[in-house]
Amino acid sequence: MGRHSHSIVEQDSAPGPDDGGGHLLEVDDLYVEFRTGEGTAKVINGVSYHLDPGETLAVLGESGSGKSVTAQAIMGILDTPPGFVTGGRILYQGKDLLTASESDRRAVRGREISIIFQDALSALNPVFTVGWQISEALRKREGLSKKDGLERAVELMELVNIPGARERLKAYPHQFSGGMRQRVMIAMALAQKPNVVIADEPTTALDVTVQAQIMDLLGDLRRELNTAMILITHDLGVVADVADRIAVMYAGRIIEHADVHALYRSPAHPYTLGLLNSIPRLDDKGKTLRTIPGLPPNLTNIPSGCPFHPRCRFVRDVCRSEVPPSLDLGGRHSACHFARELLAGELEPTRKEPEL
Amino acid sequence: MSNRTGAAAVAKPTLGQPILTVEGMVKYFPITRGILFRRKIGDVKAVDGVDFTLHKGETLGVVGESGCGKSTLAKLLMRLEDATAGTAVYDGRDIVAAKGGELRRLRRQVQMVMQDPYTSLNPRMTVGDIIAEPLIIHGVGGKDKARETRVRELLDLVGLNPEHINRYPHQFSGGQRQRVGIARALALNPEIIICDEPVSALDVSIQAQVINLLEKLQAELGLSYIFIAHDLSVVRHICDRVAVMYLGRIVEIGSEDEIYNRATHPYTQALLSAVPVPDPDAREHRRIIRLSGDVPSPANPPSGCRFRTRCWKATDLCAEKTPALIEREADPHPSACHYAERADHILG
Amino acid sequence: MSDQNALPPDATVVLAEGEAGMGQTRSLASDAWRDLRRNPIAIISAVIIVLLVLMALWPSLFTDADPYACDLSRSLQPPSSEAWFGYNLQGCNIYARTIYGAKASLQVGLYSVIMVAVIAAVLGMLAGYYGGWADAVIARVTDIVLGIPLLLGAIVILSSVTLTGVWPVVLALGLLGWTSPARIVRSSVISAKGQDYVQAARMLGADNRRIMIRHITPNAMAPVIVVLTIALGSFISVEATLSFLGIGLKGGEISWGADIADATGRVRNALGPVLFPSTFLALTVLAFIMLGDAVREAFDPKLR
Repeated sequence: MGRHSHSIVEQDSAPGPDDGGGHLLEVDDLYVEFRTGEGTAKVINGVSYHLDPGETLAVLGESGSGKSVTAQAIMGILDTPPGFVTGGRILYQGKDLLTASESDRRAVRGREISIIFQDALSALNPVFTVGWQISEALRKREGLSKKDGLERAVELMELVNIPGARERLKAYPHQFSGGMRQRVMIAMALAQKPNVVIADEPTTALDVTVQAQIMDLLGDLRRELNTAMILITHDLGVVADVADRIAVMYAGRIIEHADVHALYRSPAHPYTLGLLNSIPRLDDKGKTLRTIPGLPPNLTNIPSGCPFHPRCRFVRDVCRSEVPPSLDLGGRHSACHFARELLAGELEPTRKEPEL
Repeated sequence: MSNRTGAAAVAKPTLGQPILTVEGMVKYFPITRGILFRRKIGDVKAVDGVDFTLHKGETLGVVGESGCGKSTLAKLLMRLEDATAGTAVYDGRDIVAAKGGELRRLRRQVQMVMQDPYTSLNPRMTVGDIIAEPLIIHGVGGKDKARETRVRELLDLVGLNPEHINRYPHQFSGGQRQRVGIARALALNPEIIICDEPVSALDVSIQAQVINLLEKLQAELGLSYIFIAHDLSVVRHICDRVAVMYLGRIVEIGSEDEIYNRATHPYTQALLSAVPVPDPDAREHRRIIRLSGDVPSPANPPSGCRFRTRCWKATDLCAEKTPALIEREADPHPSACHYAERADHILG
Repeated sequence: MSDQNALPPDATVVLAEGEAGMGQTRSLASDAWRDLRRNPIAIISAVIIVLLVLMALWPSLFTDADPYACDLSRSLQPPSSEAWFGYNLQGCNIYARTIYGAKASLQVGLYSVIMVAVIAAVLGMLAGYYGGWADAVIARVTDIVLGIPLLLGAIVILSSVTLTGVWPVVLALGLLGWTSPARIVRSSVISAKGQDYVQAARMLGADNRRIMIRHITPNAMAPVIVVLTIALGSFISVEATLSFLGIGLKGGEISWGADIADATGRVRNALGPVLFPSTFLALTVLAFIMLGDAVREAFDPKLR
């Protein structure tokens, strides 16, 4: 199998049997709660998605949608307390990470699945040099000597196009610009040639020209190393550029899941439709933006039925009482009672456009 | 001088009267060394010679990436910082030089909406008090009941429930807090509002609400905006004219159509090419201009054209002679490049 | 009855979607109050302090005995039904003296804290807001006062002042104890000064006075209030120490410290005269410290 040629197979992370339908990474019906003094926030409510080798899955959502929490659950870095996984499985190569032993999980985390965070400045340790941090994992996991570790660090820094890599081994994170720091994080994430990279809003804090460079870099690297990527973001532009498939999240659920071209051309959920209509586009100066009225729900008190119904232009009675199942529309899914009608363009709005 | 009026004449004929004229705006932040006796060893040239005119009823966008000076420019216009040099003339009076009573009067006409709705409102004041504060400071809007009525009007104007007048900021969402900030800016009936990244900190679906609100208020109240942002899509949507800044200077300025469809400065072209378009089918056609190197330090900007260290067209001329922001042959809008020319297919 | 088919304007959707508890106006202060009410430690401390205040104001509520009615013939008698704590060396009712002693302790604590609060607030605000020369001068003054050992300074002040009652001690503590709170106020002010909403106020045309009073003070005083509640406890303890050393209250006020001092010599013979005032003293100090801690937690916005 092609994918194994890039991962370092070790005794303590024995992959499960390849059962045909098995994906590289699969999140299966995950439930996560945050128990706070103000109540229990249901942050993830039955999320399922999968990732195959080499592909890019975008998890799209706004704040409060739960997109980052799934990544934290996969990496096992969920803050517990107050966060608790209350159901579901996370299968990596067939093995459930949630029930695996701590040593199994550590073998996977960072080595087979790694993560890039949004803010490199706070994710990097300010008191260690960049070279030391990049080579740290290599020294610990692969037993490289300090000298070899630094050599590999130079290779990695060159791989991510950091100019003057050798001289900058001894530099500290704060001496780099934002874009360069992000490259350092990418170098660290790729150090052990993982099969999966999770990028959690990797470019949100960066300028747009730097963002383009970083996304290009990620694209090049993934192609070279055949790494699969989960891209977590709220930016519809970035997603259109790089994703193969998109899972749209709202109130802790995946409300639509489709191939990127299909999603943008014909969204099958009112929330996706609303999002696409509300963004100003560079290539087309439109009139007044069509907004999604109201606010995302309070997760300690999610509305009954479809969580989006209070804000939905097409709401009908069934939406208020019954949680919509994820309808299979042939290679794509949508959690809307009227997804088929929406897709066919036959769904009439039941509410006027708001004035503001 | 004639260049600017020339540009205004060629641009949209529906531009109103000029109401704010900024000339030669400069702000240097000194870099000092030493604890007891501070020696100046250099300057951070945050804004280094900015000229533009704002017309009545228009929205002028100011775009650029971090370190370009756009936020400093906003602070200079609001007199949060004092300019090193330059003038900003409104209604015959220079904002930069104004003092005391004259400055207070000017403040009534030029207001600002800040970027972060989570920190720009005093958490220990009710939103009613926050919005009433400008009225109290300047002694307008009557007392007590009359003032409260005015505050309720403002809440309603920005789409909030006037019954929430006694609530505290933490009881509102980000988008709602931003509306409170807008209501506060409107309290004194200003002519000009400087919007400093007003939607950057908001979720995508909320951004649209606030943008629509700003446009509606402009139409209803005849406001003029200076809209500072880094999101080029938002800027295109709301702005009539756009100024592109790089390392403290404006490198290109023109109508929204001129900038987005006929940009002639290489930096503008690179910037536009880098913006991701929410259309997966455009992937194949997009040509992203990759800029080499990093942004130079504003403490030590390159000689001549500041963009030359990252520009693919740079020659010796660019290092010797600073290109002026004047109309160029390639397209009749001001562009600060010796080799200004149009490029096609930037926007995919 | 709202039209279910019309989309609600943005604001009301907040209420409709279960923003539980947002119905009433809630300031940070009332949020904090609500937390305090539910915190057992805060409640216990508050109860203790309320009892002490009652003791100070109306000691006759707690005892009929006269703390000054000392009869040597009753010297060192153990606790009995007339004297719950027994009698001390001079034959005075320990229980009565302990109750009456609360007044002096609380007075000293309260008045010195008020004095410290005023000095610290003013100096800290000037230093933090204006910076520059004001800051430098005040910083040097702070350093000088910090350098004076508390007991030494207290002795000097107490021996040169001719006021009566608790005022000499209050003066001593007030003049020497403002340094830490002032520093806290200063750094609070500096951090509040940099906040966006202060810049916003400036842009609206607010003058310095308005900014200091309306914007900075409410936001900068919270950490100091906490320190001051704890300081109250420690000032009471210092007063006891001064009295123990014989330089504290001189006018015949009953003081726990003085009583402890008197009793220490005979502690091997009789535990009572030392034990009871000491326990009350410790409980008082503890109550203020615990309350201060609870207040700090309640006011900390990061814990919300």
